[in-house]
Amino acid sequence: MSSRVTNARAALLSLALLAAFLGAWEFSARSGGSGGGAALDPEYAALLGAAAAQGGQTGFPMPSEIAARLWELVRDPFYIAGPNDQGIGIQLAYSLARVAAGFLLAAAVAIPLGFLIGMSPLLSAALNPFIQVLRPVSPLAWMPLALYTIKDSSISSIFVIFICSVWPMLLNTAFGVSSTRKEWLNVARTLEAGRLKTAWKVILPAAAPTILTGMRISIGIAWLVIVAAEMLVGGTGIGYWVWNQWNNLSLADIVIAILLIGIVGLLLDRLLGVLARAVAWAE
Amino acid sequence: MSNAYVSVEGIARRYPGATIFEDLWFSVNRGEFVCLVGHSGCGKTTVLNILAGLEAPSDGVVIVDGQEISGPSLDRAVIFQGHALMPWMTAEQNVAFALSCRHPSWPKAKLREAAQAALEKVGLGHAAQKKPAQLSGGMKQRVGIARALAIAPKMLLMDEPFSALDALTRGALQEEVSRLVTEADQTAFMITHDVDEAILLADRILLMTNGPDARLAEVVVNTLPRPRDRANLHHMPGYHELRDHILDFLITRSRTLAGKQPAGWDPKAVPEVRPAAPQITPPPPRAAA
Repeated sequence: MSSRVTNARAALLSLALLAAFLGAWEFSARSGGSGGGAALDPEYAALLGAAAAQGGQTGFPMPSEIAARLWELVRDPFYIAGPNDQGIGIQLAYSLARVAAGFLLAAAVAIPLGFLIGMSPLLSAALNPFIQVLRPVSPLAWMPLALYTIKDSSISSIFVIFICSVWPMLLNTAFGVSSTRKEWLNVARTLEAGRLKTAWKVILPAAAPTILTGMRISIGIAWLVIVAAEMLVGGTGIGYWVWNQWNNLSLADIVIAILLIGIVGLLLDRLLGVLARAVAWAE
Repeated sequence: MSNAYVSVEGIARRYPGATIFEDLWFSVNRGEFVCLVGHSGCGKTTVLNILAGLEAPSDGVVIVDGQEISGPSLDRAVIFQGHALMPWMTAEQNVAFALSCRHPSWPKAKLREAAQAALEKVGLGHAAQKKPAQLSGGMKQRVGIARALAIAPKMLLMDEPFSALDALTRGALQEEVSRLVTEADQTAFMITHDVDEAILLADRILLMTNGPDARLAEVVVNTLPRPRDRANLHHMPGYHELRDHILDFLITRSRTLAGKQPAGWDPKAVPEVRPAAPQITPPPPRAAA
């Protein structure tokens, strides 16, 4: 009861803060935006067009302009009008597809490998130095090597996603597996459950919540990295779109992209959260 | 000792610089209930783990059914101190998991049916679909018992199975185990430090001295007639002599005997005493008028 009241009040406060922020933004953009083009030679302005004539200083977009632009983009998100002009939905779909491919590939490698590392102290100690050195490397540092060897920009960005999402899943899986309760393993041993059966029926469910936590961290990192990777390799995707709109100097589009990236990231995290709840267990 | 199902022959547990126990010899006969009593640190749990095959002794062997054991076996089911149920499985799934190890060829439906039956035997038919987190401590341990008994082991090993329970629940479970073990003529070995529990359940009670260098000091034969029940146990003739004897051992002699080997001590033939036997106990002296 009291928590519902608090939730309602928190939501109200959130809305108020948002309104205040947008209001202040709108107000300051309106009052500061004018006056830049007054000193320009009108002939020069006519030659270059209004925007360029202001010396590249388009005013920072107002929330109302951004809302109008957002409506424009969202009304037809999946149009394709040429390689450089595709709907925002298509760009997001490209990015999501790359993240999904890299992430699933990483899961397919990291979870079985993490399982082995978690079960074998020897393997764990032997692989630990490699993992510790490679883990802190920015995934983008791999990009030149990927481009050189793979020779395909799209697959290279998938590889970068793979590299950045493999570590949290690997380490969490290994940790979850190695911290399986001894008593559960003893139960399996006294029941003469085979290795495979023990792994599948005891260790995997015991480690599943920890593994899911790793996957949740990974998908968050992957979604961060895909924007940067697509800015580098170009072509398609929301990261490329952001960079393209920067080159077009359409700041409203960039603000919109930031908003959409945030929302998609939130949804990805929630999706993994639902999965985590499905495998959670309580003592 | 032709009837011995388990024969423990000179097992020891040593760590560098310390011997927990050594030269431990005893046997458990078919259909017999043996309790091992001793203070913490004398290696009781290690003895049980060695019998279960979960640990290997530093020295000595354990012969089960004429064969030296080399690892755990479905024939020796363990009821663990913590219930050791898998929290992600329902009660029924926990029992069915054990059954599926015993009977790999059984279809799912048959496993579920047998698991349900095993749970009904311990009075938990109604809780089959509950996860351990939804069960009380006593109910969890009941599921543990059902899991151990469902696979029809030749021997039941119990490591202080009721020590984490409150007194009331513990009493109910002791009677339950007593009933189930008697019904099935189950060979059983249990570790406890509850004297009444040992008297209620055991045919023989093994007394260990304190560690380190613990050894088996005495075997107390429980001559109290069966069936015993908790309500009347302390009215049975001989009960108090038996209880006093074990308590005396736990309070003083487990300490005074520790680490010392009496002259002529033979670890293979530990003295047997029958404190509750009527021919040994003199009639209690009446207060002189």
